[in-house]
Amino acid sequence: MRPVYMISGGITKFSKAEPRKSFRVMAKEAFDYAVRDCPKITLERIDGTVVSYFSDHFTRQLKAGVMAVDMCGLVPKPTVRIEGGGATGGLCFQEAWRTIASGWMDCVVALGFETMSHVNTWKGNEFIALASDTNFDYPVGGFYSGYYAMMVVRHMHEFGTTVEQLAKVSVKNHKNALHNPWAQHHYDITVEDVRRSPMVAYPLTVLDICTMSDGAACAILASEAVAEKLCDNPVRVLGVGMGSDAMRMADRPHADVILLKHEDAKWYKDLKYPGVHSFRAGRTACKMAYERAKIDDPREDLDFVELHDAYTSSEIQTYEDMGLCKYGDGGKFIEQGHPELTGFIPVNPSGGLIACGHPVGATGLMQAVFAFWQCQGAIGKHCGGDDFIQLKQKRGKGRRHLRGAIHSHAGTGTYVTVSILEGTA
Amino acid sequence: MAKKKTTKKSTKGVSPSATAKAPHGPKPVYDKVRLAETDVGTTVFRTDPLIVKDHYEIDYIHSYAEDSPFFRGLAEGKLRGSQCTGCGYRFATPRAYCMECGRPTQWIDLPLEGRVHAWTTCYFGSEVFLKECPFNLALIEFDGVNTLFLTRLIGATQDEIYVGMPVKAKFRRLAQFKPTDVYFVPAQKA
Repeated sequence: MRPVYMISGGITKFSKAEPRKSFRVMAKEAFDYAVRDCPKITLERIDGTVVSYFSDHFTRQLKAGVMAVDMCGLVPKPTVRIEGGGATGGLCFQEAWRTIASGWMDCVVALGFETMSHVNTWKGNEFIALASDTNFDYPVGGFYSGYYAMMVVRHMHEFGTTVEQLAKVSVKNHKNALHNPWAQHHYDITVEDVRRSPMVAYPLTVLDICTMSDGAACAILASEAVAEKLCDNPVRVLGVGMGSDAMRMADRPHADVILLKHEDAKWYKDLKYPGVHSFRAGRTACKMAYERAKIDDPREDLDFVELHDAYTSSEIQTYEDMGLCKYGDGGKFIEQGHPELTGFIPVNPSGGLIACGHPVGATGLMQAVFAFWQCQGAIGKHCGGDDFIQLKQKRGKGRRHLRGAIHSHAGTGTYVTVSILEGTA
Repeated sequence: MAKKKTTKKSTKGVSPSATAKAPHGPKPVYDKVRLAETDVGTTVFRTDPLIVKDHYEIDYIHSYAEDSPFFRGLAEGKLRGSQCTGCGYRFATPRAYCMECGRPTQWIDLPLEGRVHAWTTCYFGSEVFLKECPFNLALIEFDGVNTLFLTRLIGATQDEIYVGMPVKAKFRRLAQFKPTDVYFVPAQKA
C-alpha cells in the first residue's frame, strides 16, 4: 500500500429541504468547490470516481451515481457506487483511498449525496428502517430512533449514564456550530432546552437527534507524486480501519471487550460486550485504523475527532469505542468537558451531524472535508474568516502536524469506518 | 375619426372575429395522430421550483424461506429460536447458520417468560406505525439463551417499564404471520 493524500474537498450547505437543486447539481457544486480550492486539479488529472448514496428509495433513481458523475464531466472514466447505510460516505472515502493505495489510480474523486426531503419525515423513517432486518425488526416498529433509544437505555442501566449527559453533547455540538457557517442549525441551547424539546423515543428528544437532510460532499484523493504536483497543502491519510456487526442488534454477543493497545483487560472483567450498549464495529474499525496509523494511545496521539453523532447517545458510546475514555465513562467524559473545543480531545468541532444534518451518502465525506480543512489550518478560509473552531496541534511525541480521526457509522453499528488524517504543511 | 380608421384597417387583417364572419372561412382541421386528453391531474405543492406528488406503490411476493417455521410457530403459540449444532450457541431470533462458528442451527422452543433487557417508548416513528404511537419496543432476554428478541411490550407505560422487568409472551389469536403475532406483557398482568 502506498501513501495517500487528500488534496481538496467541498460541500454544499446541508438543508432539511433543498428543492431548487437535484442531487446531480448538488454533487457538481461540491465538486466545483473542491476544484476551486485546488485549481491545479483539472478533469484530465482525475482518473476515476467513487460515488456514494445510501438509499434508492429516497433518490427514486437507480444508477444515480453515474448521473452525478456525468454532471461533473467525469465520464467515461471508471466509476463505482458504494453503499453501507449511515457509513456510506465513510466507506466511499475509504474506497477512494484503496483505489490509490493499491496503485490502481493516482487521483480519485469521492462524491456523496442524498436527497431526503423528497418524502415526509415519517416516510423517511420508514425508508431508513428498511436498513434493519425486514423479517424480524422492521415490522415490530421499525424506527431507528427507537433502536438507538433502546441501546442507550441499556447504556444508562449498565454504566449510570444520564439524560443530562446526553443533552450536554447536543449543547456542545450546537455551540461549536455557531462558528461554522456550513452548519444547518445555529442554536445556542442549554441542557434544559434539550430535555424540554419533544420526546421522540425515550430518552431521546428532537435535539438529541440529527436532521434528515439534502446535500452533497466531495473529497479528492491522490498519490504522493500527484499530491505534490497539484496541492500546496495536502493532508496525509495516515491509516484506515473498518468493522461490522450483526444487522439485528438482538443477535449481538455478550462476551469480552476487544482491547485497544492502551487498555487493560482488568478494566472490563465484569463487562458483557458489546451487548446492545456498545458498537463492536466501531471498536474494530478504530483498532485497525490505530494500528495502521501507529497510534498507541488515541488520547495522546489524536488532536481532534469528527465522529458520527446521529444521536447524542451514539457520540457518548463512540467516545468509548474509540478509546478516548474507558467503556462506561462516556457520560462522565462529556460532563468533565474533555470533548469540548477547549478539552483535551475536541470532538465534532464542526458541530457534527447534530448541527450540520445527515444527508446520508454525503455525511462521511462532509466529515472528511471538515477534518481536511482542520489539518490544513484552513478553517477560517472556508468559514468566512471565523477560525474559532480551528484546532491547534496539542503535544504529541515528536509530532509537528495536526492529526484527527473521522468516524462514519451505519445503523446500530453494522458498518463503521475510521480514517486518520494528518496535516503536512 | 382616427379610431374608426384603425378599426377598418383591422377588419382587413386576419383577426379571428373577422374570419369567423367571412362567408368562405378555412375548414376545421382534425389531427390524424393525437394523444387522447384525460382528466388525470397532478397534485402540485409548489410551482417554483415545481414540486409535484409522485405516487409509488408495490406489493412483494415475500417468502419467509428458511425462517417460515418461526412464523408458523407463532400461529400455534410457540416461540422458536435456533441452536447451533456445532457450538450449542442459542439464538433467541432464528437464524439458519450460527454467527459464532458458521455451522447450521436446529430449531428450539424458547421459554415464554423472560426479562426486559432494554426498552424504549416511541412517540414518533415510521409512517406505518404513526397511528400506534406511543408504543413500547423491548429487547427480551431469556434464561439459557445467548441472544435477545425484539418485541412490542404492551400493558405498561414509560414510567412503569424497567430493565429486568419480568415479562411473558402472548400471541394473537388470529395470526397475521408477522413477528408482531407475539408480544410481551408484564408478568404480573399476564
